[in-house]
Amino acid sequence: MTSPTVTPGAVATRSSVGERAAAFVVKWGFVAVTVALILFFVITEPSFRTVDNIFGMLKFIAPTAIAGLGVMLAMTVGGIDLSVGANAGFAVSIAAWTMVIGNQVGGVAVSVVLVCGVLIGALNAFLIVVARIPDLLATLTTMFVIVGLKLIIVDGKSISSQMTLSNGTTAPGKFTADFLWLDRGSIGPVPVPVIIFVVITVLLWFLLERTRWGRALFAVGTNSEAARLSGIRVQWYRTVAYMGCGLLASIAGLLLAARIGQGDVSAGNSLLLDAVAVALVGVSVLGIGRPNAWGTALGAVLIAVMVTGFTMLGLPYYAQDFGKGIVLLVALLFSFTFSRRRTVVTAGSTTSAS
Amino acid sequence: MTTVPTTPVEGHDASVVSLVGVSVAYGSNVVLTDVALEFRPGEITALLGANGAGKSTLIKALSGANSRYSGEISIGGDVVHLSSPVQARHLGISAVHQKVADGIVPGLSVAENLTLDDLAQASRHPLRNKRAATADARAALATLGLDWSDSVLAQDAADLAISDAQLLVLARALRSTPRLLILDEPTSALTAAEAERLFDVLRSLRASGLSIIYVSHRFGEIEALADRVVVLRDGIVQSESARPFEWHEILHDMLGRATDLAHDRGSSHHGTTVIARLDGIRLFPESAPVDLDIKAGEVLGILGLIGAGKTEIAELLGGLATPLAGSLTLSGAPYAPKRPGDAIKAGVVLVPEDRQRQGILPGWSVLRNITLPFLAESSVAGLVRRRFERSRADTVIDTLSVVASGPDASIDDLSGGNQQKVVVGRWLSARPKLALLDEPFRGVDIAARREIGARLSAIAAEGAAAVVLSSDVDEIFEVADRIVVLVSGQIELDRYADEVDRSTVIGAFLGQRHEPPDAAALATPPAAATPPAAAIPPAAATPAPSAPESDSRKDLE
Repeated sequence: MTSPTVTPGAVATRSSVGERAAAFVVKWGFVAVTVALILFFVITEPSFRTVDNIFGMLKFIAPTAIAGLGVMLAMTVGGIDLSVGANAGFAVSIAAWTMVIGNQVGGVAVSVVLVCGVLIGALNAFLIVVARIPDLLATLTTMFVIVGLKLIIVDGKSISSQMTLSNGTTAPGKFTADFLWLDRGSIGPVPVPVIIFVVITVLLWFLLERTRWGRALFAVGTNSEAARLSGIRVQWYRTVAYMGCGLLASIAGLLLAARIGQGDVSAGNSLLLDAVAVALVGVSVLGIGRPNAWGTALGAVLIAVMVTGFTMLGLPYYAQDFGKGIVLLVALLFSFTFSRRRTVVTAGSTTSAS
Repeated sequence: MTTVPTTPVEGHDASVVSLVGVSVAYGSNVVLTDVALEFRPGEITALLGANGAGKSTLIKALSGANSRYSGEISIGGDVVHLSSPVQARHLGISAVHQKVADGIVPGLSVAENLTLDDLAQASRHPLRNKRAATADARAALATLGLDWSDSVLAQDAADLAISDAQLLVLARALRSTPRLLILDEPTSALTAAEAERLFDVLRSLRASGLSIIYVSHRFGEIEALADRVVVLRDGIVQSESARPFEWHEILHDMLGRATDLAHDRGSSHHGTTVIARLDGIRLFPESAPVDLDIKAGEVLGILGLIGAGKTEIAELLGGLATPLAGSLTLSGAPYAPKRPGDAIKAGVVLVPEDRQRQGILPGWSVLRNITLPFLAESSVAGLVRRRFERSRADTVIDTLSVVASGPDASIDDLSGGNQQKVVVGRWLSARPKLALLDEPFRGVDIAARREIGARLSAIAAEGAAAVVLSSDVDEIFEVADRIVVLVSGQIELDRYADEVDRSTVIGAFLGQRHEPPDAAALATPPAAATPPAAAIPPAAATPAPSAPESDSRKDLE
């Protein structure tokens, strides 16, 4: 919309050129920034371009990316999940507790953690769908509850192999090798976390973009009333989305636990903001304007590139947060300010859709 | 430079506000062209025009809501540039917008709402003085001759009845002692009696020398109230006429074609086989049971006001509600849908009342909007078959002549009428046994209405049943083979369209008007946004002797 005081013809030409330029920037700007950043580091830091470093970066970002994919899934139904960080932290402690205190093998720990993750998602879904608490508040509450519950279970302590228990004995179990394989293993040259990250991304892309269930998830997020009248079981899809998000967050937690090798009580604390940021960046990538799997993955990669590059340049750790903030700001500007398309993100609507 | 006109010394004929060559364009889209109008004191000017004719654009420019107009607007002889509503009000132009609920801040008291504009004035004392506000509020109400008690002034404005809220907004608009008052469809949410009360207020305001622009689709109201009529079409002033109004010419100016106005169908098709049956269905807890047969091969028009039970019937059959009492039958078998999906599987589809809220998926392509309810049908093992989707979308676009750049166009880029065609086409695309359309012609231009009507006749001819639920007599006469009039959950009339004349239908339709309180209208919660076109046929609201019956249409789109 431009000033009508100019003659209509002139207005039309000017606005369409402007609009096309804006559309181009919105579509490719983000990719360009990523490529530019990579080029910059490749040129300035020779060690950046090694294969090891590339896989190292992807491995480092895998938990964030997977949790971000979870948030993205919640965003498809018009919601958001603030409990992903707490969920992942819970997974770290529960995995450690199962193996070290419960003296179980890694497979059992993985199963317990995944079940817990889905249950946390189910709790979110219950609060949002049945109790009708707005998603932002419901998942915030869940976050507190889960963090508290974790600390109660582990007595507020980090759990490590051969730790001394409160009754004076030594803990019976340890982090088993099969569990640690989740972080340290690789298939060919590709580390296991990277494989999990890629597989989940592809699965989610396929689910969301190619199947009718994905279409229904987006329909619920776009206009839940129209979706309901179209015969879509809105509440069911919202429940599934939150449970899926819980599952993905617990997988992220498993990878973190395997990386740390102990039940660090503070693990997962920083995951939430990164995961939400990655999902929001994903919305703006390629000007898609709605939550999507590839965009989220790309957002995670961008953050990995930035963090790695900053570290190599010897910048202090707090510079990374500043950099992430700028990236998120640019992404949001692309999504909401410069985009002509309607951005379908209602991440954390403050009222519950009934 | 803007100057505050200070000279009240004007001849009676001097115009309060005059427009010369006012145009508005949005990008390359010119929506108002070279408008020249004069508004004189003590005169009510009715502004008429179909949807998209430029009425709201003109009002926005006049009320300062859109400063990007070209041409000249002068107030009291001085050329001004209206840049904001506050400035326009300061210069003497006040507007009351259609959605009353938008003008009320819930949570604030009635008095605070009345004095709301003070919050925006820098000159006011920053601390709010309750007693002063109450006094100001009383003074504002006095301009309308109202005297509300202290307890009313202290109550939450959201709890006001819609008609009182309307008066509140009007009183607030008059606080700045405007010289020109703009009212945009002020009666759309009012009952007939409430509308009458408003008209009395407007007549006394006119007597006091105020110039009023009155926007309405209701010819009866205009006949009763206005001193002249200005017709807009395609952003151009088509005509200005003074009393007595030649309605046929006015309609011609509005729509650009005279013959279409009384477009009744010749003979009615009579269906034979009953597709759906309502058996002893109670539409409201207190109403008596209703029996109704819906037959294949005909278009059934159910006519009723808000609260008559139209939406209830649609929701029962569409699987959105379960009957309070009684049972439903579909094709001879008991039918008890628990959710919309059940109804869709059974071949019953519902085109909901509110297109924006219940129909379209904003930002989605036309194609995806069309196929949403039939994803199971258009996919194999969960995988969506794109070719199937595309052919279905193409069919809908062709059969209903949807104006869009293609199936991949965003639904947001379509006009309201074309969006409605997409929504209707979506639901008819799966060859339903029974199609229910709740107020399908609201906000839809006449051409789209024709196309939708023709499509309904076509599916009826193919052996399906179509039900149109509407509060507009003309719409019903235009599309329906058979007419059922619903009043307060009761069937007042059930006849074929060629066996019944308009006045009988209108008589049945207005049956409840003889009882003083309109329970349904009074029960409307005031906080709810303006009830969708609250359907008081103007014939009932204000007798309009010179307006032909076919003009009683309340909303031309």
